[in-house]
Amino acid sequence: MALITDYLVQGGQMLLILLLAPLLTGWVRAIKARLLRRRGPSLLQPYRDLLKLLRKDVVLAESASWLFRVAPYLIFAAIWVAAALVPTFASGLLFNWTADLIAIVALLGTARFFLALAGLDVGTSFGGIGASREMMIASLAEPAMLMMVFTLSLLAGTTQLSTVAHFMLTAEVGLRVSLALALLALMMVAIAENARIPVDNPATHLELTMVHEAMVLEYSGRHLALIELAAALKLLLYLSLLGCIFAPWGMATAGAGLMAYLFGVAAYLAKLALGGFLLALFETSVAKMRVFRVDQFLGAALMLGLLGALLLFVSRSL
Amino acid sequence: MILSLLLSLPVALLTVSGAAVFAHRHPGRSRGIYSATLVLSTVALCVVLIHWLGGHTPATLTLPIGLPWLGAHFRLDALAAFFLVVVNLGGAIASLFALGYGQHEPAPERVLPFFPAFLAGMNLVLLADDAFIFLFAWEFMSLSSWALVLAHHREVANVRAGYLYLVMACFGTLALLLSFGLLAGPQGGYDFATMRAAQLTPGLAALTLVLALLGAGSKAGLVPLHVWLPLAHPAAPSHVSALMSGVMTKVAVYGFIRIVFDLLGEPMAWWWGGLVLSLGGVSAVLGVLYALMQHDLKRLLAYHTVENIGIIFIGLGLALAFQANQMYASAALALTAALFHVLNHSLFKSLLFLGTGAVLTATGERDMERLGGLIHPMPWTALAFLIGAAAISALPPLNGFVSEWLTFQAILLTPELPQWMLKFLAPAVGALLALSAALAAACFVKAFGITFLGRPRSPAAAQARETDRYSLAALFILAALCLLAGILPGLVVDGLAPIVGLLNGGAHLTAQHGQPWLTLAPVAEVKSSYNGLLVLLFMALSGSLAVLLIHRLASDVARRGPAWDCGFPESSPMTQYTAGSFAQPIRRVFGSVVFQAREQVTMPPPGDARAARLEVQLQDPIWDLGYAPITAAVIAVSTRFNVLQYLTIRRYLSLVFGALVLLLLGMVLWR
Repeated sequence: MALITDYLVQGGQMLLILLLAPLLTGWVRAIKARLLRRRGPSLLQPYRDLLKLLRKDVVLAESASWLFRVAPYLIFAAIWVAAALVPTFASGLLFNWTADLIAIVALLGTARFFLALAGLDVGTSFGGIGASREMMIASLAEPAMLMMVFTLSLLAGTTQLSTVAHFMLTAEVGLRVSLALALLALMMVAIAENARIPVDNPATHLELTMVHEAMVLEYSGRHLALIELAAALKLLLYLSLLGCIFAPWGMATAGAGLMAYLFGVAAYLAKLALGGFLLALFETSVAKMRVFRVDQFLGAALMLGLLGALLLFVSRSL
Repeated sequence: MILSLLLSLPVALLTVSGAAVFAHRHPGRSRGIYSATLVLSTVALCVVLIHWLGGHTPATLTLPIGLPWLGAHFRLDALAAFFLVVVNLGGAIASLFALGYGQHEPAPERVLPFFPAFLAGMNLVLLADDAFIFLFAWEFMSLSSWALVLAHHREVANVRAGYLYLVMACFGTLALLLSFGLLAGPQGGYDFATMRAAQLTPGLAALTLVLALLGAGSKAGLVPLHVWLPLAHPAAPSHVSALMSGVMTKVAVYGFIRIVFDLLGEPMAWWWGGLVLSLGGVSAVLGVLYALMQHDLKRLLAYHTVENIGIIFIGLGLALAFQANQMYASAALALTAALFHVLNHSLFKSLLFLGTGAVLTATGERDMERLGGLIHPMPWTALAFLIGAAAISALPPLNGFVSEWLTFQAILLTPELPQWMLKFLAPAVGALLALSAALAAACFVKAFGITFLGRPRSPAAAQARETDRYSLAALFILAALCLLAGILPGLVVDGLAPIVGLLNGGAHLTAQHGQPWLTLAPVAEVKSSYNGLLVLLFMALSGSLAVLLIHRLASDVARRGPAWDCGFPESSPMTQYTAGSFAQPIRRVFGSVVFQAREQVTMPPPGDARAARLEVQLQDPIWDLGYAPITAAVIAVSTRFNVLQYLTIRRYLSLVFGALVLLLLGMVLWR
């Protein structure tokens, strides 16, 4: 019986994040519109977009290969699995031990690898520009992310997210310089990885500065729907990650009962809403930077992560 | 018994080698030779595997050949057995591939005699149990591979590669010879058992370590001794490149492990680990950065060998640092990571080189700028190459990720080390490792994307055909092994446990096969765990769920049309991104520091119909700072002494007399 409940909770979490992801995207868009004094589309617009895309036929470029058709499913699967492994409303779920934080980062890397290949597949210059810039950004963002993981694991003694969340709830953590640096690094990486302003602009087309949108330019119909959904899931993943590591309050422990789970879901929703609001606020208050300034932005994130780790090597109390 | 069986295999390989010389112009001989090496390598592989699974008791054998007062000592222990598996697996797969690929060889008489000899040399190095046999086999391996590098000797670049390889191989063997000399001591105990028992002073032990690092490092391609590797490995035929890059570098790693971990015994100072660790970190990042700047597919792969050797040496350096502080549990993790990466790299690097060989057969090109779109005519080669590319980029659920994950876990244990230098070094090396993993992914997006995706950039690429069945079988065996080692890492870790125990004073990782769902949890599940099998299963489930739902409920029509490309599709394939343009952002970010990359655009004036030109200048910092001054000094000194060639006989005699007097004076002063 307990096992069945465990499976149900795990399955429930996978379904929850899948259903919530477009809503989060809609929420960020709505807040951004309000901040720009526009009315903006409804919160449910991303769902409508996805449904519309799913109903449409796929138009494949003549030079597209089998990889182009397989890639959206692979990307979606990798990101969904990665997102499902991050504790959201409850920690210590049945399959949380399948992959630790390093493996989650690497799974996102798998998705990026195939997205960049899909960008190169048709053989257009836009796909190439997107793929090449995406890999440049990733080559700095991924090490910065791993340095953040180092800092965490030095503090908590583990790379398992559930255990990290438990550790962060204990009193001994307190306020630490290294944690602040790690938080900053993670936020910068999250902005870059999700193609948000100032690194990339999710709302742009027909512009040489775009990165993510240039890679998916040739996609249409159900393939595009999967890629859009995967992008929404990735944003949700990063916000969940921030919530799980730096604000694990209200998270239920496995087997805590229905009320605790419901409370956990409510806390999770509140965290997502706050995170989305802050993201929108940040995005409207800065300008997009040139592509070759991104390396300085992410280099700073890498240095912050490394600094956080080094501080902990010097003294465990920093 | 088992040793004489294993020793007869190199002898049989040498016989095959001789047969290849004498079977002159026999039409089917290429197939015959490769069938023979395939059978012999497979037999060796099976024998070693059975021995390994059946309790792996060390076997020794002494033959009355070699040095008269020493004899020839051979020994098979767990370490040698593991590397024998790596060598013979690589040899068998390369032979299988060559059954098809060898048919296209323009000069088979320059490849066939040396290929079995090369395999025999590598096997002998691993079985040797005294310095004489070890060095003899090492040189035999070097020279036979040198002959293979010069198989296509009419190309000027290959001649230069062969020359540089020879010089570096001589240097490496000299360093190894000296390190064995130090180990043997004044009594000259050249068999490994005596060396193991001997106690060196810390100074001599450190000198031995440095010499072993120079000797084995120059063969393995550790920065800054790597310069010959990216020239020599691509020059050989592809199945030999696969062996040189995937397997011979592992024999060099074996040499290092044998000398430093086995013969020297416990590391005596913490800086041993620090030295190896920093060299590994620098090799990892520089190797991949060099690779990103290449557009010759085989040279790109050769530079990646430098990167992966760096990752292996990071693991070994960590193990040394932990051992110096008596932290054997942590050292076991680092050693397991290094040995796992040895196996992984031999699998995916062989796969990638063989895939390149298939491309080379199909198109005659290895310059990526003239390839493209090969996924259409060669879908199976493309699939196998894609698996290899994903594996080397450390993407889960494939095998490359597991060993890099283990290395990361070992780095996370370094705060326990007492030395400050190591405390600072370890996170920096961790950052370098993370950087090299991310850059490797970028590099293989480039390698696979430019070669196999897009539209063909030359007629040769457009007319390519799928490769033969033997080659495909070889590619898919390796791809399957990459996947298996990725999803069942616990079994590999358990298999490595006896070797780790041997090198680590008996301490090895806890058995993994008892873990639920075959999870890999090297330290403890609450600390870190990874389950490749479940990751694959979840991805397969969610992917097929998406396929099922979408095709059941949504549209499943796909129409073909011209590419969209923002409304301005260009018909010329020259408008695609090339290898050079793909690497441009990374060249700009990293290359301007490391390679002092300069880009110069020459635009014709308006109205002029000439094409614009972009010139990229890169400088090799290692060559410019390390090798160029040495070369210049050697040339300067030899020019100075050149006059000695044209003396009269009287002057020569007085020179000899003067030298004699000086030596005698020196002797007198010495006493």
